[in-house]
Amino acid sequence: MSVERPKPSASHRPAALGSRRTIDLLWSLVAPFVGLLVVCGIFVVYQYAVTPQNQFLSAYRMTLIAKQTAIVGVGALGMTVVIISAGIDLSAGSLMALASVTLAVSLKSGVDPRLAVLIVLAAATLAGAFNGLLITGLGLVPFIVTLGTMLVFRGLAERVSDQKKIQAPAPDWLATLLDPPAAGSWQMVCTGVWIVVVLGIVLAALLRYSVFGRYVFAIGSNEATARLCGINVPWVKIGVYAIGGWFMGIAGIFDFNNLNKQGSPTSGVGLELEIIAAVVIGGGSLNGGRGSVLGSILGALTMTTLRSGCVYAGISDPVQKIVIGSIIIGAVAVDQFLHRDQSASP
Amino acid sequence: MSATAIFSMSGVSKRFGATQALCDVSLEVAAGEVHALIGENGAGKSTLMKVLAGVYQADGGKMSIAGQPYLPAHPADALRAGVAMIHQELNLAPHLSVEANIMLGQERQRAGFLRRGRHRQMARAALERLSQPDLPLDLPVGRLPIALQQLVEIARALASDARVLVFDEPTSSLTEQDTAHLFDVIRDLRRSGLGIVYISHFLEELAEISDRYTVLRDGEVVATGELSGVALDEIVRMMVGRDLKEMFPRVPHSPGERLIQVRGLSGTDVPRDVDLVVHRGEIVGVAGLVGAGRTELLRCIFGLDRVVAGDVRIAGGGQLARNPHASIRRHTGLVSEDRKGEGLALSLSIADNLTLTRLQPYRRLGMLNLRRRTREVSEWMRRIHCKAAGPHQVMDQLSGGNQQKIAIARLLHQGADLLLLDEPTRGIDVGTKAEIYRLIGELASAGKAILMVSSYLPELMNVCDSIAVMCRGRLVEIRPARQWTEEDVMRRATGQETA
Repeated sequence: MSVERPKPSASHRPAALGSRRTIDLLWSLVAPFVGLLVVCGIFVVYQYAVTPQNQFLSAYRMTLIAKQTAIVGVGALGMTVVIISAGIDLSAGSLMALASVTLAVSLKSGVDPRLAVLIVLAAATLAGAFNGLLITGLGLVPFIVTLGTMLVFRGLAERVSDQKKIQAPAPDWLATLLDPPAAGSWQMVCTGVWIVVVLGIVLAALLRYSVFGRYVFAIGSNEATARLCGINVPWVKIGVYAIGGWFMGIAGIFDFNNLNKQGSPTSGVGLELEIIAAVVIGGGSLNGGRGSVLGSILGALTMTTLRSGCVYAGISDPVQKIVIGSIIIGAVAVDQFLHRDQSASP
Repeated sequence: MSATAIFSMSGVSKRFGATQALCDVSLEVAAGEVHALIGENGAGKSTLMKVLAGVYQADGGKMSIAGQPYLPAHPADALRAGVAMIHQELNLAPHLSVEANIMLGQERQRAGFLRRGRHRQMARAALERLSQPDLPLDLPVGRLPIALQQLVEIARALASDARVLVFDEPTSSLTEQDTAHLFDVIRDLRRSGLGIVYISHFLEELAEISDRYTVLRDGEVVATGELSGVALDEIVRMMVGRDLKEMFPRVPHSPGERLIQVRGLSGTDVPRDVDLVVHRGEIVGVAGLVGAGRTELLRCIFGLDRVVAGDVRIAGGGQLARNPHASIRRHTGLVSEDRKGEGLALSLSIADNLTLTRLQPYRRLGMLNLRRRTREVSEWMRRIHCKAAGPHQVMDQLSGGNQQKIAIARLLHQGADLLLLDEPTRGIDVGTKAEIYRLIGELASAGKAILMVSSYLPELMNVCDSIAVMCRGRLVEIRPARQWTEEDVMRRATGQETA
């Protein structure tokens, strides 16, 4: 955590600030990709050195990576908003399980699939808003509230499903979101990945161009100031967590697809940590005020690529965990170092 | 006056439990006037300003803006009515751009989306009124120097069509140069018909910028009137309510043997190649603009900032400038300029803060003898005249002046011979300042060496034995305090030669 000391200077040179800005702008466009490129680079080098006949970046593996990124990626979208507002949502994994069993139970009891989707998204949004309500209403820190609701939502998921995996009938449009598209189709990757891309673009626009988005950044950057400027902080925060919940609803639908039309109450244990890691690798700051949609998506993609690469290189599961854990710490350390360098020059 | 009053309050009272914070206060600010609000800490200034800003609601009394009744229930109401505050600690979102900060809370929208063109236009117009047309609108505010950050906050007030502007200690972290610029801005705003309330501990500043004044003491107005023709001594007397014989009490002391010798000390950016000697029983002041490297000099000597070249020798053998732990063992202590951020642990007790650097005397087999520590801390509190309920009171509840006394007492408790004091009286009222000056004098007469940084020149001129002036990281000149004039110090600090 770096404390920002005001850097006074006797002479103010807007021109110098300007040239600095161009460099920063370029860097901010390139930086998110660096981690991903480094990871790909390592495995491509490995490929040439060890297994030249087995290509790492094959079309097959890339579509697989894209598919595996869908769940963490969509979760990371919601978490990006939460983290920019200087919050955190530890209940995300449980919320996904709650959403997926709700979908399975609804479908099994004969609810119209379109209505079932609406029910799931409404429930997930409400659950998220509930987090926000507890945080603002009781004045508790998000970490504690969502640590509690992590158990509450998990318990609810287990109740709803009677602690069993629920197999449910589902129409094709709802059950093949993560299936590979027909060979030669324009789609290239599964529908779920396209959904993430579209939602990402919409969310990025919302964060950048809407009043709500600006309030989210303002609250994360300096909550006291936001309040003083007349921003309705509690409502914005409730909105932030509701959005986080909505995205976990989508993740729940993806999970239902991933498990072949099953809703599982034990799904997504520890998923919230992967999602948070993706956002943080993508440049999000747990102190708030910083984070981007593109960064978070690439963060999620980096982690999946890494895991896929470890499997490709035949690295055992325990070693994989050690490697991925170290990379998370390393990536954030590098990001923080670069960021400090930026803020240190006047 | 009331015909042109843009803001007036009459009979305003506010009580917190048993304390009558404000009692029947009346205040009138005319359009195109700078009104100085004067009073010691605890006189009720900040309560009054919070009532004005809608943070507190008055128990009784009336307020009006331009003749319209004004009854804010919330800070947002105050903003809407045209009252804006510029606080000592800036209210900005450091990650957001200049434009976003100016328009914060007053966004123009269409269907929930920002009207960026309109925003840029309004932000630009506000900055032009502050003669900053070139400030890049897209730059994150956290990357601007502090003086420009402050202008961004003023621009926000202008963009909201504020009619009454309240400045609360706006110059406490500004250089002389930036202060002068701010005063130009304030004069411009006055000319355009705003009512301005100006709060500051720097009486010289008030005299320079204000038209009229109101003095508060113990929650009541004790005097109000035109400022011209009133002597500053007179105002000080009204503030403290007693004859303050000496603003700067002198305790006789004389320099003894050499305690530290700084040779060619350079940090990563500043300071650069500084040579300095401080003797026991001597008070050396360091003057200079903000950013000249004064704070960094102290931090380098203490070992808190990285030293690139040079060394600091302390009498009795040994080097400083390595790390704080080693410096404390060599009888050196630092009081930080940033009490809240790093100087003190405000959520801990007086006892914890005072003994944090030296717990050994109370330690047995790794456990603390808390009773003995409490006894010892009570004794220290008595010696420094600290006004508090007891050693276990939480620092948060003390006034800035009493907090600062504890910060200095910590150095004495840890047995420091060399005291590095960074802005030791910042944000402290006149009465307590005098007490701190006396304490510093007493320490010098007890043989301590004191190196103090201050932006308040009269303090350096009257408290120190000699004054070193820094400019752009270099120590440009050191002379006995008697041989300096304020003008000379400023000339050297801004890089000119003395006449």
